[in-house]
Amino acid sequence: MSATASSQYLELLDVAKHFGGVQALSGVSLTVARGTVHALVGENGAGKSTLGRIVAGALAPDVGRVVLDGTPVAFRSPREALEHRVAAIAQEPFVVPQLSVAENVFLGVEPRSAGVVRNGKLGDSYAELAQTAGFDLLGRIPAGRLRTADQQKVEILRALSRDAQLIVMDEPTAALSARETEQLHEIVRRLVAAGKTILLISHFLREVLALADTVTVLRDGRVVRTAPAARETEGSLVEAMLGRSLTSTFPPQQPPARDARVVLRVQELVAPGVEAATFDLRAGEILGIAGLVGAGRTELARALFGAARISSGTATLADGGRVGRSPRRSLSAGLAMIPESRKDEGLIFARSVTENATLSRLRSLATLGVVRRSRERTTARSMLDECDVRGAHYSAPVAALSGGNQQKVLFARTLLCSPRVLIADEPTRGVDIGAKRAIYDFLTTLAAGGAGIILISSELEEILGLAHRVLVMRRGRVVAELAGGAIQEGAILAAAFADETRGAAA
Amino acid sequence: MNAAAAKLAARGRLDTPALVRLRRVGILIPFLILFAVLSLTSSSFATKVNLLNILDQQSATLIIAAAGTLVLVAGGIDLSVGATYSLAAVTSAHLALHTTPALAIALGIGAGLLVGLANGVITTTFRINALITTLAMSFIVSGIASLVTKGNLLVLFDKPSFGKFARTELLTVRTSIWLMIVAVLAIGFVLSSTTAGRYMYAAGGNSEAARLAGVRVNAIRILAFAISGGAAGLAGVIDTSRVLSAQASSGDTALAFTVLAGIVVGGTSILGGEGAVWRTVVGVLFIALIGNGYILLGLDPLYEQITMGVILLLAVGLDALTRRTG
Repeated sequence: MSATASSQYLELLDVAKHFGGVQALSGVSLTVARGTVHALVGENGAGKSTLGRIVAGALAPDVGRVVLDGTPVAFRSPREALEHRVAAIAQEPFVVPQLSVAENVFLGVEPRSAGVVRNGKLGDSYAELAQTAGFDLLGRIPAGRLRTADQQKVEILRALSRDAQLIVMDEPTAALSARETEQLHEIVRRLVAAGKTILLISHFLREVLALADTVTVLRDGRVVRTAPAARETEGSLVEAMLGRSLTSTFPPQQPPARDARVVLRVQELVAPGVEAATFDLRAGEILGIAGLVGAGRTELARALFGAARISSGTATLADGGRVGRSPRRSLSAGLAMIPESRKDEGLIFARSVTENATLSRLRSLATLGVVRRSRERTTARSMLDECDVRGAHYSAPVAALSGGNQQKVLFARTLLCSPRVLIADEPTRGVDIGAKRAIYDFLTTLAAGGAGIILISSELEEILGLAHRVLVMRRGRVVAELAGGAIQEGAILAAAFADETRGAAA
Repeated sequence: MNAAAAKLAARGRLDTPALVRLRRVGILIPFLILFAVLSLTSSSFATKVNLLNILDQQSATLIIAAAGTLVLVAGGIDLSVGATYSLAAVTSAHLALHTTPALAIALGIGAGLLVGLANGVITTTFRINALITTLAMSFIVSGIASLVTKGNLLVLFDKPSFGKFARTELLTVRTSIWLMIVAVLAIGFVLSSTTAGRYMYAAGGNSEAARLAGVRVNAIRILAFAISGGAAGLAGVIDTSRVLSAQASSGDTALAFTVLAGIVVGGTSILGGEGAVWRTVVGVLFIALIGNGYILLGLDPLYEQITMGVILLLAVGLDALTRRTG
């Protein structure tokens, strides 16, 4: 290697960290070169976020050394890390919603005289900073009104305002749409061109391969290998992350019979964010719904499930039962939904795994309103075992589980309702590869058993790999229906973006 | 390591954090210490008379606090219980003067139940913050109570039959205490063992998730408020029967805060989704023991309030701390 000593901006030597009895990291050593993107990949729980937080000063390592620009450092807080020009961008951006964008950027370091903030100076500094970064983001608007992607820009500007040289990004694109993701990638490239160093933590291997100069693969808290990104492929990374090769990502498709009966008929459905959706869903069918974020997919799901109000139109099950009135009535009629956000809409974090699993079926596990505990435990245990939930006792709070296992608990809850129609809204978001495969299996098994599945996903590969038929939504409307061989990435994207391109031409 | 063994190892590794466990049994330890200290320092403390006297005096607070735990767990708060207690007390007293004791008791409790229902319906269907709703309701209900008494003290000394409700001795223990025990056990059972109780935890822990899981969040919150109002009603009737008099006193609104203090000191979270009735019982009794101790040991009662405040802060602080780490 021809690299000079000063090109190694960050060096970790034999770093270890444990939480309670869990060894999150052990013997991790790696070097990050100045002015590069260094990616960390690994399954959930592999230790990549822990490593990121150690670098950013949010956690202190038990043993090992962190060397920054040739000097050993031991940050006691993110603030101290920031003084050493190390900043972190979280997946869920931290902004004060009531304060303006500019105020958020300079939070804590406002230009002031005698304790009074000089608003004029604040605005000028912001404008200058935003221009250098190439963001056209108005400084005056309240940060709470921004979308996630723009809130991230606020965090990036905040980092730049402190002259950060090393920026740790933990899953920065997980909550972004495809277009916003592309914008963020552009920003990352620009930062690196300006000599900044990026430590990128990401689930998205394609993103990693597109952005990173170097990739470190972690498994069970240890470094599997560090190699130039150019020498890796998605396959090689997955193999290194899992310690085995994933023979096929998706289970084989079993298309529904030609004469399969219709299990859900949606006619001229109008709801907030949805305009006149009409379609059928057949038994055994996995119907993919693709589209950009904000195209109305989640709104459609919520309207069908009864979580949002339907203004007009109907949604009927095979037996003529109406759905879409309330989640409770939908569930008892046989329509279930895995919501988009398991944290906000799915799980009761403080309650046990068992209680979360049985919540929708509690009435059937009770006599005269009294829960029969042993019956509840048995029922929950068999379904949770079947869903392969791991990581904590079933009596422990569900918050103790990893994202993938939390999602499996939601599937267990749903499967206990034996739905005839299941709507899964982004079921693999924030889930590791192993759990993803398990979730794909739940969906195909359920479909093979005669249920109809509506799958909403922003990961196009999932739609391509699982769906028998695809509806593409754009601005609240179903604009295309693709089936069989017509389900192609290009066709889906063309339909999803059609409006924008036509708008540009006009 | 094979897959099964790996799975077992994974299962065992995430235990409940020590701090969370500490909070779960937390209140018991200081309670027992205080109990032991008082037993050793005051010869009149650990006597049947004194202990039964404490229970008798606390029976109203215990019933209201037990029910208030349900409201807090379900994600609400009820500041109107003091006023409701007053309204039930004067309603039953007023009726006892003119009708039968049974009717007086039933309508007294019924008045509380109505206030609770109103609280529940207003906060859920009109989506008004529970704190504000019940605070406003507290003023309204206090006013109604004053209207009932027309500002007078209602005295029932010539109606001893009404006094039988709380003053009858059963196995050497007064019925006020028996009624309290039955009510607290029943309320505790609802929270710990019924579907309704489970839904309260779900509604308070994450209301949107509960709704999407098929829980009728509004209905369950209305139920919690109704139980709270009914309990305040029962407590008011018991106390009227206990002392054979009632008046609409503005001081009764302070009862809401005593109740809240007991619940929180017991370790039920003010943010909802966590808590238990037995802990509230210990919390209320803990506060009662402090008061009792100050009297028995002849300490300056001025310090009692300061002690109370400090303990409340400690309890809330511990709650915040466990949330951060847990």
